[in-house]
Amino acid sequence: MQHAKNLEEYRSQCRQAMDDEFLRKAMDAFAVAYRTNRANAFADMNERELIAEIADAKDAAVANLDGLFAEFKAKAEKNGVHVHLARTAAEANEIIARIAREGGVKKIVKSKSMTAEETLLNHHLEADGYEVVETDLGEWIIQLRHEGPSHMVMPAIHLSRYQVADLFSEVTGQKQEVDIEKLVKVARRELRTHYATADMGISGANFAVAETGGIGLITNEGNARLVTTLPRIHVALAGLDKLTPTLHDALRIIKALPRNATGQAITSYVTWITGANECAPGPEGRKEHHIVFLDNGRSALAKDSDFRQVLRCVRCGACANVCPVYRLVGGHKMGHIYIGAIGLLLTYFFHGREKAKNLVQNCINCGACKQVCAAGIDLPRLIKEVHARIQDEEGHPLPSKLLGTVLSNRKLFHSLLRTAKWGQKPVVDGKTGYLRHLPLIFSKEHDFRALPPIADTPFRDRWEKLRPVVEHPKYRVALFSGCVQDFVYPEQLEAAVKVFAGHGAALEFPMGQSCCGLPVVMMGQTEAARAVAAQNVTAIDPGSCDYIVTMCASCASHLKHAYPRILEGDPRMADKARRFADKVVDFSTFARDVLGVDEGDFASVSAQTRTAYHAPCHLCRGLGVTKAPRELLAKAGLDYVVADEEDVCCGFGGTFSMKFPEESKALLDKKLDNVKKTGATQLVTDCPGCVMQLRGGAQRRGDTFVVRHIAEILAERVKPR
Amino acid sequence: MTAKTNALETFVKKATAVSAKVFEVASLKEAFEYAVDVCDKKQACQLLASGCELPLSGQGQALCDEKQTKVIAAPALNKKDFAAFAKLCEGRGFELIDGGLRSRLAGIDIGFTVCELGIAETGTLVLDSAREDVRLATMVSEIHVAVLPKSRLRATSYEAEAEVLKFMQNGPNYLAFITGASRTADIERVLALGVHGPLELHILLLEDK
Ligand code: SF4
Ligand code: SF4
Repeated sequence: MQHAKNLEEYRSQCRQAMDDEFLRKAMDAFAVAYRTNRANAFADMNERELIAEIADAKDAAVANLDGLFAEFKAKAEKNGVHVHLARTAAEANEIIARIAREGGVKKIVKSKSMTAEETLLNHHLEADGYEVVETDLGEWIIQLRHEGPSHMVMPAIHLSRYQVADLFSEVTGQKQEVDIEKLVKVARRELRTHYATADMGISGANFAVAETGGIGLITNEGNARLVTTLPRIHVALAGLDKLTPTLHDALRIIKALPRNATGQAITSYVTWITGANECAPGPEGRKEHHIVFLDNGRSALAKDSDFRQVLRCVRCGACANVCPVYRLVGGHKMGHIYIGAIGLLLTYFFHGREKAKNLVQNCINCGACKQVCAAGIDLPRLIKEVHARIQDEEGHPLPSKLLGTVLSNRKLFHSLLRTAKWGQKPVVDGKTGYLRHLPLIFSKEHDFRALPPIADTPFRDRWEKLRPVVEHPKYRVALFSGCVQDFVYPEQLEAAVKVFAGHGAALEFPMGQSCCGLPVVMMGQTEAARAVAAQNVTAIDPGSCDYIVTMCASCASHLKHAYPRILEGDPRMADKARRFADKVVDFSTFARDVLGVDEGDFASVSAQTRTAYHAPCHLCRGLGVTKAPRELLAKAGLDYVVADEEDVCCGFGGTFSMKFPEESKALLDKKLDNVKKTGATQLVTDCPGCVMQLRGGAQRRGDTFVVRHIAEILAERVKPR
Repeated sequence: MTAKTNALETFVKKATAVSAKVFEVASLKEAFEYAVDVCDKKQACQLLASGCELPLSGQGQALCDEKQTKVIAAPALNKKDFAAFAKLCEGRGFELIDGGLRSRLAGIDIGFTVCELGIAETGTLVLDSAREDVRLATMVSEIHVAVLPKSRLRATSYEAEAEVLKFMQNGPNYLAFITGASRTADIERVLALGVHGPLELHILLLEDK
């Protein structure tokens, strides 16, 4: 659980987690194995189609929660079930405690339920004097340790077999061997006695099927079957979002959930309980069966047109499995009760702003979660929006306000950059070309990467001289630079101009353009994001060009996907923003697919240069561009070698690396180590932000490969015209 | 290849992949013989319910001590079949029971069931467990021997959907999809079988045409 009072304290807790050697190793091994297992599990099915179907079906269900609840209740009651509706977590706990009281219960066995964790049900019941035993192995382990789960599907993933053996020795009063098989058997035997003596079983529910009035449970261990069979009372606690119209909806989710969770085609057990079943010690030989539905903000959320998609979540945990930040700090730090990407969101809605406000900042916006989500939830965007909401509610901290003000005013921003150029003169190291000292706003932890100085002449001041004359242009193209390339790496844009030459592209560089606005989105400055977007859409009239080309993956993805949404509510801008977005294209796709840049454009070279590639998050996931850059490298005659985890985030994340430098560094180190292992002499990528991170990091570490933007590498090799 | 044999092959492949043992039998009698044989060969731990050899708490140990003979539970057979099964068990030193499983929570050796449906795409068995003893037989046993008539095999869960729905609409009902043995990977992600349910699942494909 997350109790940090402020960001500083939260960061220091994250640092401690990162120092946990076992955790780091376990998470790394898991992340690597998971990727393969998941890919195999989905190999012979149409994953995207399945996810889209689930998203649609869930949306439809969420839009009709009241109707589904009424239908479910009527069907279930016919079969002897008591159906309850709890508005709040406290109310749900009280209903369950009352059932226990009235039923003369002493001992309760539980099968894993995230919803019960959400309401802190155990605390409530224990305070009322009941003995509560978790029966899912992982849950039992963490219950004995008085901890919360650190993963939705594998709650005890943070613990080693040694810790478990010690724990079990304590519990049984007998020395236990450190042998996983044996430890599992010990749990089997110890827990069996609890099932036998419990009066009440509590489970969650993965589905509540309206057409049958029954619930479905997805488990591997089989404890849910015992918990719902042996005690005379069974209470299932389910979020309202588990309501689904038909059995078919549930069967469809079953196709995706286990595959996404652990790479299994299906879990060992799927248990369907419809009505009050036979149960020897129950009244008249039947189970006393209750289903408690929990609202806790869900029906309000269902009415929020933007955030209702959060209720699509099927709790597969995949968004944590692929999250590079979760992998570093683990679930106790990246979540409150619910963990990982979805946890950041649910914490805000179910547990409140106080618990969520630090957590939501610990997202690097890499998009890995969105790509695997079984329900197609746009997690990174919603996380940023929750961040923005919290700031709107609580007041914006000064640095983000300042950034917002500066970026909303292009002239001010650009003149600050020009002034900064003079200020840095004395600190630029003549030999390395990097800044000798970090600017004052940075603390020591930021020294893991060398920072480049601001260029002497920004691209915008070079443009008049560079502008190519194209006789019979085939395409009218506006270049969008983004601030980093314009002011720090103008040579990358120059290189692009060189690569494009001779293909009939008439280039323009509209001077009114400014920063794309992603940094202010990352800081939660919604207003500023809107102002900046409007400014760019005005500066580059989509009617005046066929393409808007950018060499920055982050800008490209932001312009293309975020602008139409950001400007949606502005009647003067909305249509223009959509047309603008349609024309945005990244460098590699434009060069390969539009201009047809080909082997013939490059000087034939015999020397093979071992070249590694880093796939920027906003390019490979944000825009789905994966083949174009790799093919261009091959066309240019480079020896492209595949590094491990090419598409895992480099740790830049713009303003993220300002807030969480240790995490940024850890991600960077992993990335650079993987490149180093390939023996490449150069590392190529297609985002200036990634270049800044990778190049500066390699410089500090003394890595021998050079880091280049793909435009530079190609420009170097194009045949002179 | 016909769709039928295709489904059969897929079923065998998928079930085997999750460590189920799959065999073919020509008759229900052959299935009984199979179960008796497995129980017979379970000599090594005749008196030991799984986990009994390990150091346990007093309470855990007490439960272990309750189990004294080998037991097969076949709670859902008709009288005639049960009698035939019982005959095969005679004189072998183990009990065949068809109910009262609540008094056998220390564990039984074999739970014997006949399944309603099979789903080929995942190697899944569908078992009507509305009867409490059926649930328990397949949960407290160390080995679950499940008979699946070949005619009951469906290619996908969607193809089984209408039949599955029928069970649910004739409530109250308790239906189990069973795929492989009970498993966990909760400790260091190392796969261990038989955490709460059976340690082994044996599927007997019954020729029934
Ligand atoms: S966007 Fe990346 S960092 Fe953020 S939650 Fe998703 S996977 Fe984690
Ligand atoms: S948000 Fe998506 S990936 Fe994460 S647990 Fe929910 S369904 Fe799974």
